[in-house]
Amino acid sequence: MEHTVKSFDEQLRRLNEIILRMGGLAEAALSSAMQAVNKRDVDLAAEIVKDDAKIDELNRDVDELAVRLLALRQPMANDLREIVAALRISADIERIGDYAANIAKRAIAMAEMRPSRALPGIARMGRLAQRLIKEVLDSYAEKNADKAMVVWARDEEIDDAYNSLFRETLTYMMEDARAITPSTHILFIAKNIERIGDHATNIAETVYFMVKGRPLKESRPKGDLSAFLTQPGAQPAAGEPEPPRE
Amino acid sequence: MSRAVSLARLLIAALALGSLGLLALFVLAVAKAMPWTAAIAVAVALIAGLMWRLRRPMREAVAVAAAAERLAESDAAETVRTPEIIEIAAGLARARASFREHAEALARRAAVAEGILDALPDPVLLLDRDRRVVRANSAARELLGIGATAGDLAGCLRAPPVLEAARAVLADGKPRDVAWRVDVPIERHFGVLITPVAGVPGTGEPGAGERNAPRAVVRLVDLTAVKRADEMRADFAANASHELKTPLAALIGFIETLRGPARDDPAAQQRFLGLMAAQAERMTRLVNDLLALSSIELVEHAPPTAPVALAPIARNVAQALEIPAKARNMKIVVTAADALPPVPGDAEQLAQLIQNLLDNAIKYGAAGTEVAVRLAVTAAPAGMAGAQAVAVGVTDRGEGIPPEHLPRLTERFYRVDSARSREAGGTGLGLAIVKHIVTRHRGMLKIDSTVGQGSTFTAYLPVAAK
Repeated sequence: MEHTVKSFDEQLRRLNEIILRMGGLAEAALSSAMQAVNKRDVDLAAEIVKDDAKIDELNRDVDELAVRLLALRQPMANDLREIVAALRISADIERIGDYAANIAKRAIAMAEMRPSRALPGIARMGRLAQRLIKEVLDSYAEKNADKAMVVWARDEEIDDAYNSLFRETLTYMMEDARAITPSTHILFIAKNIERIGDHATNIAETVYFMVKGRPLKESRPKGDLSAFLTQPGAQPAAGEPEPPRE
Repeated sequence: MSRAVSLARLLIAALALGSLGLLALFVLAVAKAMPWTAAIAVAVALIAGLMWRLRRPMREAVAVAAAAERLAESDAAETVRTPEIIEIAAGLARARASFREHAEALARRAAVAEGILDALPDPVLLLDRDRRVVRANSAARELLGIGATAGDLAGCLRAPPVLEAARAVLADGKPRDVAWRVDVPIERHFGVLITPVAGVPGTGEPGAGERNAPRAVVRLVDLTAVKRADEMRADFAANASHELKTPLAALIGFIETLRGPARDDPAAQQRFLGLMAAQAERMTRLVNDLLALSSIELVEHAPPTAPVALAPIARNVAQALEIPAKARNMKIVVTAADALPPVPGDAEQLAQLIQNLLDNAIKYGAAGTEVAVRLAVTAAPAGMAGAQAVAVGVTDRGEGIPPEHLPRLTERFYRVDSARSREAGGTGLGLAIVKHIVTRHRGMLKIDSTVGQGSTFTAYLPVAAK
């Protein structure tokens, strides 16, 4: 849609560009964080923690620009949705950056202990999350609601990986008490990755709403069963409530 | 031009020209120097005469205007009757033709430039001074999934070091080179070279038309193969040394013990000597496998041509491995289709291939079960040249292999369960050797496995072309 005032168009494009830059930074942060965990690279991890400030700054820029546009231009319909979407996506990306920095901090701690046997599993989970983020940011860049829906449906994969990793790590901890400390770090990292996946799904919902003008009706399939787990290998007992699947 | 309009124009022109005369007549009539009727008659005659004289020039002027308008829109040469006008019209036509030629020449040059850009194998992007993508060649469109022109560079390439470098190059005009790593969906490494575009005219502020002029060129060089090769080489050197170090360390330990505490203990000496022999044997196997792998790789690029019958080879190998199979109470059953066509191959290498697969099956299959070797003609799997292939399948009833390990099984020294593999005397290179032999024969290796049931390794070998 052409705007009679050219600079509004440019402001919207600038908003778009800041979001994409933030996305790129968050992608790089997660990628480096997983590398720091796998290669026990403490220097890389320290850099990631430092660079998280850039993402926070861009988030503030988005807030400022978006609020200014809302106040000055009083946009309608598409433009309004686009600006609101930018506000929400920016918040989600900022959280993703924080989780990536948390993973990096754990990598620093883990570098001082023996490598956990769960490392291949966590590397795989990290790759799943990276893929979700890349695809959801691509869907935002292309304003492609179908791509966003694909990401939205795939969050279950990460939840499944998380459940399986949870069980695996419990086994290691039970076998050998020396594995407890590194395994606990692994579990925290896994939880962070799982939350990153959830935020990627949120972004997908926002992109869908931005493009189609209506929200995704069905609720996201929730697959995290670990809260109901009592022992590794146990299934939720017959009397226990089924995990919520709206 | 309708006649009424042109008449109106003529009248106006005549009135304009004759206005002085009309004024004079009017004054005379008012001063009673001339009767009114006479004045009016003369006035009408004057106007009529002027209109008559102006008819032709007016017609010519209108025709020139019309011809010029028509020439501006088409190239048909207009024939205008008046000779003076023909020259003007012809001049206009020539100017028009010359402009068209220039425009066509420029368009051809632009098309050639586009063609060159598209033909380049590396993805190339052209950026304007606002870091917007003004042109992307077909390799770039394919890699980044974008149209021919996109918005800001961040729309297709989000990596922070690349965006930062692009901004810097556009600011200070110095070329830059950054590394860009892609993790998903496949790991790839790119070198991103950003160079400013030379020869863009204008030192001051470019005009509005130059907004889209390319100011920087972004070229993506795929370094994945180089990176992987380096990584693999480093990994291999590390792994091979590790594999050899362990038995060597054990040997050194035993030697020390024999020289020291066990110096005078013949029973202990015999035992240790046995253990040392086992370690030496292990290293020998490893070194042999390394040499075998190395010699296969040396000739891997040159496929063999001599026709080889697979069924007898399979039966021979099965017979040779009967004893180790019996030791685990296992049976090897070879089933070969009747009219198996020969395959172009190296008999020794193919025997090695079947032996390695059978070896694994005996090692990892459950004791007391059967190992099946099946040879048959099938349709060539996708990705292989030719229509038909001979499939050599080895099936065991072992524990099976979890799916996450399947893609890595043919990696050198890759083991699903290292303790068990070493115990069974494995070198970690068996499948790598199989893979390279299959590759040399331009075939394919497929691995199917179900956890808890067993695994099937199938080597597809192309049939000799008739």
